[in-house]
Amino acid sequence: MLRLALNRLLQGAVVLTFMSFLIYGLIGLMPGDPIDLMISADPSLTVGDAQRLKALYGLEQPIIQRWYHWLIDALSGNFGYSRLYAMPVLEVLGQPLLNTLTLLGTSFLLSLGIAFPAGIYAALKPYSARDYVINCLAFAGISTPVFWLALMLIIVFAVLLGWLPAGGTGSLEDDGFRHGLNYLVLPVATLTIASVGGHTRFLRGALLEVMRQDYIRTARAKGASATRVVLRHALRNAMIPVVTVLALEFGNLFSGALITETVFAWPGMGKLIYDAILGNDFNLALVALLLATLVTLTGNLLADLVYAWLDPRIAYR
Amino acid sequence: MIPSPWRLTLRRFLAHRLAVTGGLLLCGLVMLALLAPLIARWLDLDAETVNLFNRLQPPSATHPLGTDELGRDLLLRLLYGGRVSLLVGIVGALTAALIGTLVGLVAGYWGGYLDSLLMRCTDSVIALPLLPLLIVLAAVDLDKLGLPPALSHGEAVSLYRIIAIVALFGWTTVARLVRGATLSVREREYVLAARSIGAGPLRIMAVHILPNVTSPIVIATTLSVGNVILLESVLSFLGLGIQPPLPSWGNMLSNAQELIWSAPALAFYPGILIFVTVMAFNFLGDSLQDALDPRARGPAQ
Repeated sequence: MLRLALNRLLQGAVVLTFMSFLIYGLIGLMPGDPIDLMISADPSLTVGDAQRLKALYGLEQPIIQRWYHWLIDALSGNFGYSRLYAMPVLEVLGQPLLNTLTLLGTSFLLSLGIAFPAGIYAALKPYSARDYVINCLAFAGISTPVFWLALMLIIVFAVLLGWLPAGGTGSLEDDGFRHGLNYLVLPVATLTIASVGGHTRFLRGALLEVMRQDYIRTARAKGASATRVVLRHALRNAMIPVVTVLALEFGNLFSGALITETVFAWPGMGKLIYDAILGNDFNLALVALLLATLVTLTGNLLADLVYAWLDPRIAYR
Repeated sequence: MIPSPWRLTLRRFLAHRLAVTGGLLLCGLVMLALLAPLIARWLDLDAETVNLFNRLQPPSATHPLGTDELGRDLLLRLLYGGRVSLLVGIVGALTAALIGTLVGLVAGYWGGYLDSLLMRCTDSVIALPLLPLLIVLAAVDLDKLGLPPALSHGEAVSLYRIIAIVALFGWTTVARLVRGATLSVREREYVLAARSIGAGPLRIMAVHILPNVTSPIVIATTLSVGNVILLESVLSFLGLGIQPPLPSWGNMLSNAQELIWSAPALAFYPGILIFVTVMAFNFLGDSLQDALDPRARGPAQ
């Protein structure tokens, strides 16, 4: 177990370092150039000034050297300034992180709250009419383009009915708690609908897999009811893959909320990454992307550890 | 007469209502996309003609679904957009499957350090935050890569670029599945027999192993077409995928987003088409899984 954890931690560190280099390089390839941006902000800069600025920021050095300097600075806690927010990068990240966690936490819990009963209900009678209905609904959820769903919800509930705001966040002081909650409804609904189908299908699949085992037949043979067999005997073992996938998914949700946040103008991490990339905010984009990678990697690490913990047979590989 | 395995598979597949629904839907969509030029001639319209005096028209005899914000015929834009979306989905998924198959075969057959290395790479790619990375890659300025302008500014460059990007990240599922299947197939007697009469590793992989690991490839590829179409539409929606005037369902939605207060119908059609297409591919993939996997208890048994 410890060996597995250390192994995975090491691998995570390697991936993160490699990613930082990759993203550093890619961001250098984006349209726009930091010196050009300064020139456009201050037209009195001469060509000579631009040259000196380039030298000052070390922009004519080879990329590996620039990246190395960035890495040394980053390791000592200096991530640079954000161009869009005119603040140190780390100070920009606090509020968006909180906003994203609110959004993701709520929709994740809601999705699980729907997927568990639905998946179990479908698995109780596989290939029956109700299984078909649940499956079709789940497929519909998986196949819906998230941004389109968001647009449709805005059209129905904000444009046609006028019940809910089309986007943004309310401030608690001005609007009060209940009104502030209104801003959460549509984004949370979007994310929930987008993820509940996958969760349901996965839980159903895991349950059906377990239901083929011999010990389930034994439980049936000794006279346990179908419900009891599923809830008491099958569910516990079906939880192993389910928990793994949930841990994996929580890491991915972090960047998956990007579309929802962008469409609803929800000031979270996803929108921040998107704005930073398109707004030439190099320092911010780099750190935010690495943070997203870190969260995803942590999700994967958790998945591996939980898997090993739940199923002792595969503890050390 | 004892039915052959293929016959059994076909029978299981046809007994699957979702499979037949998905297959029929896809046939219809592909037909419509292929026939787009004919339909255009028949309606006597052109998908690219801009007519600003004819913006946002409601459905009429000349324009069956009305016109968009530049006065172009919506139906034709949808049909041509479908060509692009389907093309990206299918070619992207096939390219990804090709890479995945190669990686999986090599890793599974050779084993040892090469296997560990390739699988660590696969795990690492899976652990990356997909969407933000796709956005960065889609935003990269091709001129800065040193590509000749003829290549980086061509008409269809956004098409090739998006296919390349999705293939770059989409190969992991197939690689894992193929590796798993290869690991068990390579221990079979017929592989040993082939090796004993002097077949080289390439021949064994291509002739003896590959045909026996096709089912996971087919299933995963079918399922991933839907995903690729979704990714393409998201990137195009964000303005980073297929570039106008080339229509795709995603970039049509991007324009429609600004008009949801005045013309909500523009946002409805492209999305419902993406939805139906992706759903059809998912139905198909899921039923293929049931039909090709003998362990699964399909409704026909």
